[in-house]
Amino acid sequence: MRLSELPKGSAAVVDRVDDAHDADLIAQRLRDLGFVEGEPVRVVACGPLGADPLLVQIGSTRFALRRSEAARVSVCIEVQA
Amino acid sequence: MSASTLRIALVGNPNCGKTALFNLLTGGRQKVANYAGVTVERKEGRFTAPSGRVLHLLDLPGTYSFDANSPDEQITRDVCEGNYPGEPAPDLIVCVADATNLRLHLRFVLEVQRLGRPVVLALNMMDTARRRGIAIDVAELQRRLGAPVVETVAVKRGGAKALIERVDGVMPVAVAAQSDDAVSRADLHAQVRELMAATVVMPRATAAIDDALDRWALHPVFGLGILAILMFMIFQAVFSWAKPLMEGIQAGVTDLGNMLTVALPADSALHSLLNNGIFAGLGAVLVFLPQILILFLFILILEESGYLPRAAFLLDRLMFKAGLTGRAFIPLLSSFACAIPGIMATRSITDPRDRLTTILVAPLMTCSARLPVYTLLIAAFIPHRTVWGIFNLQGVVLFTLYVAGIVSALTVAFVIKRFRKDKSEHALLMELPSYRMPNLRDVALGLWERAKIFLKRVGGIILALTVLLWFLSSFPGPPEGATQPAIDYSLAGRLGHALHYVFAPIGFNWQICIALIPGLAAREVAVSALGTVYAMSGGTDAVASQLGPVIAQQWSLATALSLLAWYVFAPQCMSTLAVIRRETNSWRNVAITAGYLFGLAYLASLFTYQIAKALT
Repeated sequence: MRLSELPKGSAAVVDRVDDAHDADLIAQRLRDLGFVEGEPVRVVACGPLGADPLLVQIGSTRFALRRSEAARVSVCIEVQA
Repeated sequence: MSASTLRIALVGNPNCGKTALFNLLTGGRQKVANYAGVTVERKEGRFTAPSGRVLHLLDLPGTYSFDANSPDEQITRDVCEGNYPGEPAPDLIVCVADATNLRLHLRFVLEVQRLGRPVVLALNMMDTARRRGIAIDVAELQRRLGAPVVETVAVKRGGAKALIERVDGVMPVAVAAQSDDAVSRADLHAQVRELMAATVVMPRATAAIDDALDRWALHPVFGLGILAILMFMIFQAVFSWAKPLMEGIQAGVTDLGNMLTVALPADSALHSLLNNGIFAGLGAVLVFLPQILILFLFILILEESGYLPRAAFLLDRLMFKAGLTGRAFIPLLSSFACAIPGIMATRSITDPRDRLTTILVAPLMTCSARLPVYTLLIAAFIPHRTVWGIFNLQGVVLFTLYVAGIVSALTVAFVIKRFRKDKSEHALLMELPSYRMPNLRDVALGLWERAKIFLKRVGGIILALTVLLWFLSSFPGPPEGATQPAIDYSLAGRLGHALHYVFAPIGFNWQICIALIPGLAAREVAVSALGTVYAMSGGTDAVASQLGPVIAQQWSLATALSLLAWYVFAPQCMSTLAVIRRETNSWRNVAITAGYLFGLAYLASLFTYQIAKALT
């Protein structure tokens, strides 16, 4: 599942960030900002127009990501044991 | 370098409170300039440590990673690595981290450490961290990092005491430099997790107050409502506070000029140069200060409080469609008051491409200086009558002119997006920091800095151009027994007559053409320049009231509409062009802006004139 498809409010865990093309600086930056495997992530809010951009919380930080940026992040919904 | 000075570089993630710490350490002893050839700000300061040693402090741009994504980040990396030409490598790097956001900030600390230079970690905002119940085992963190860790509170007097003592003491030992490759970069995150697990206890990932505020501030309906109210209040304040100040400055400078030149013969060239050249130029520079200072007071408060990125979040989609970014909203809105603070405010746009597009379209926003011209022409030519039952036709025309500015700005931005060669995706990727109470000292220093930048680097250009325009409008003087106003015989007058050939198709008579030349100084000058051409005297208001009936009689409606269309686009404001030069560090961008705006102005006026002439 892509982070851009994650419903608002539900929690997930980052699986990986995929490069949209060669030498994808945006994907690299997402990894540097903490979008790495195993990191809990949550969509906190959406922009008022077209639900874009997304406000994503990772760690203690909130980032505004456009949907095309969030689509680079692959996430898994946590299965509650 | 003598043994008694130490060069310290201050680095850290954006929003770590680095600049507040820099302000606390150096106070007003700062030097702000640009790095050679780029528009990245270089902030340097110094202070004397208790030992008597002078410490040089360089505040490097906020950076998430040495894998640089912007010119700012490249400079931080190059300076830290000692690879920046003309910038000696720092002896010591002080890495500032927000104690409430260590998961993000520690990764960069580790990255900095791998450069192999002595590093001190400053855990900033320790007061907030304690209030939120965040417990940090500083001794353990220090042991694991192998670098000194000190606690700081940048917004409190004496909040950097521990840091000063530490950097003034024995130089810390650097860890061995490590190479930087993708695999080891991923390891950094694993190391941060380990460090966090061993040294930090956080009861809650975010501050409860942030969550509560954001529920309102980012709400699709209330969020936009709050934004609209805030912006409305700011505009009210700018217009009601700035206007009397601007009039006072104008009158004061003019009076001062008259007082100082009272001993000179009133018809001498020197008298005219001092009054109409130098003092007029000085007035033209100073008159911008109220708007710049008041707008930036609000912009800095919004920025410091953390609201600015929220506004960008709300409007990003809208702006992105037009080829801009959410961060362009505040600069463009400011441009409705005046394009100069608007263009200066584009510094908050980190992406150079987005920033340049914003600067290019900012002059299209209807600034307050266009109002005197609009009012004059509308009052003289548009009948005062009711249309569609409730609207005043004059008001409708004024509103149309404002809308024309906005629509053309969005269209131009869209066209730039469509036709530029670089079509790569530029990210929003914007951090929404914690809300913070704006700090008085930081806001005051920020304002002081803006005022200094404007006066020192833009003021000179404006002053020089005013003197040039004075020269063009005054020489050569009228011959004996001249019947026309003096300006008609001057270089500007001849230029105006020559321009008439170019401007005849858009309906401008030679009087307008002449007035356009001194009117390059600023838009509102056009009114008094027209007054000069029609040989009227008195203040701007007096001229405007005499001018209205005269032009209503002598100009056709098509000419008046054409001139209105001209003023929607034409960059009749050299101060804007001067500030573009200063903010983009390039005359080429000035030429592009002036060229496309004059081009659009001519086309718009041509269509307006020809259509209006055909219809009337």
